[in-house]
Amino acid sequence: MSKGIFSLKSFGPIAALLIALVILPSIIPRFYIYILAVIFVTALLAMSLNMVVGHGGLFQFHHGAFYGVGAYTVALMLTKTSLPVWVGFVAAPFVAAFVGLLIGLFCVRLTRLYFGMLQISLGSLIWAIAFRWYSFTGGDDGIHGIPLPSLISSTTGAYYFGLILLIISLIVMFLIFKSPFGATLQAIRDNPERCEAIGINVRRHQLIAIVIATFFAGIAGVLFVVVEGSVFPDLLFWVFSLEIFVMCLLGGWFTFAGPILGAAIMISLRTFAGIYTEYWTMILGIMLILLIFFLPEGVWGYLVEKFGFQRKKSLEKERQ
Amino acid sequence: MLEVEGIHTYYGLSHILFGVSLNVPKGKIVCLLGRNGAAKSTPMRSIMGLPPPKQGTIRFKGKTIKGKKPYQLARQGMGYVPDNRRVFADLTVGDNLEISERKVGAAQTWTKESVYDFFPALGHIDSRKAGFLSGGEQQMLTIARALMTNPEFLLLDEPTEGLAPLIVEVLEKQISKFRDKGLTVLLAEQNQKVALGLSDEGYVIDNGVIRYHGTIEDLRENEEVRKKYLLV
Repeated sequence: MSKGIFSLKSFGPIAALLIALVILPSIIPRFYIYILAVIFVTALLAMSLNMVVGHGGLFQFHHGAFYGVGAYTVALMLTKTSLPVWVGFVAAPFVAAFVGLLIGLFCVRLTRLYFGMLQISLGSLIWAIAFRWYSFTGGDDGIHGIPLPSLISSTTGAYYFGLILLIISLIVMFLIFKSPFGATLQAIRDNPERCEAIGINVRRHQLIAIVIATFFAGIAGVLFVVVEGSVFPDLLFWVFSLEIFVMCLLGGWFTFAGPILGAAIMISLRTFAGIYTEYWTMILGIMLILLIFFLPEGVWGYLVEKFGFQRKKSLEKERQ
Repeated sequence: MLEVEGIHTYYGLSHILFGVSLNVPKGKIVCLLGRNGAAKSTPMRSIMGLPPPKQGTIRFKGKTIKGKKPYQLARQGMGYVPDNRRVFADLTVGDNLEISERKVGAAQTWTKESVYDFFPALGHIDSRKAGFLSGGEQQMLTIARALMTNPEFLLLDEPTEGLAPLIVEVLEKQISKFRDKGLTVLLAEQNQKVALGLSDEGYVIDNGVIRYHGTIEDLRENEEVRKKYLLV
């Protein structure tokens, strides 16, 4: 199933984009480097959510909780223990995945909106802990001035660290997406009942998908700490989770790369429209309404449909 | 192979099956005939546990299957071809088959290659998305998908529904080969010609109640039953 993933046709544009991203920090101002680094973090987070929402059809309404758990894990380990930095970086995704497993164990027993509602409730418990436990998590002040290695503490260092982790994560996610497991997940999204009828343990697959997605959310949490140098409970608040959800819708939740585009649009809008008006969410709202009417598959989904990348590819294969 | 005894199945509060009993011997093709809306699909779904019956027992290979989840039944060798040809539209033909591949016991009778030999039309469109297939191709894919689970027993729910006569002929020919391959089949059909031509035994269902059971020869000759329960 994973044959022909990196076709020569797509290699050119991807290589050009990568070279541009590597060169950019030496030619653009620091502010834009920072914005790009934030986009990398958010794109990874949105991509991780899309694994379960877009490809798995699960109503993962509180994905931010796992992002926050990842960020808090690394922040607490770096500020409260004397363990090496890399231990915190490695532990964060695993802790996020473990919390994902615990919450997932309860949630996969339910479907659709009930799944989402239970997840918001359980995720909000984590938020409440982070928000209230002043002595440990810093409460609503969060944790600031997290000591980071000098190599990645600068904006440019954080940018390159984020870029490398994003690329590695995207490759792994793509391999998962194209693997039999990824195909099974999409089949479950299409029709869980039929999947059961062909011998697929739907709940177990959904749980594994949640664990994988929360693992990547944990990596995004690590990146957030590297870029911002601080954590605060807003990361775990359910409203932020809905923002990530909107990013997936905006980019195209049935496509692989859509959420990256969604995250880029959202961050750019917040940053640049936010300069002129504090009501930038109104622009986002209008965009979403137009999107639902004219581009229901999202921006990337529209591009795929318009230029028929996938269809052409499959027809070419048939001809061979 | 399969014994169903007095099952009562409900969809929510609606009582659909009233004490349905069926017996499908090993290596036979048994058909379940009935008009549109006679509740032919519900026994098939109920055997598979979608939804399970509220009363009655179902035994598969001599063991009761009460409380078993559909995926566990599929892994025990029960294949299910649903009506309406519900393929996984976003996956390619090849992916549809690959995710269905199961080894029941040590034996693996069906592989992707052998399925493509059985339905050559599918082999040519391996990388096409299932949502782009014609009705006949989708039906072949749904049957092929069930075969990939390496079943010993196959529930075929109206495989010829809404298909062109030429495609029906092809499917009929292929389904008749199942007997030679040692498969046991329970076939729900509205198309009398197909069902009477393929099966060894027949049941007639109407309004959720079994009205007749006999060999296919008896059913062919019993004009009265066919007129009463099968003619529109």
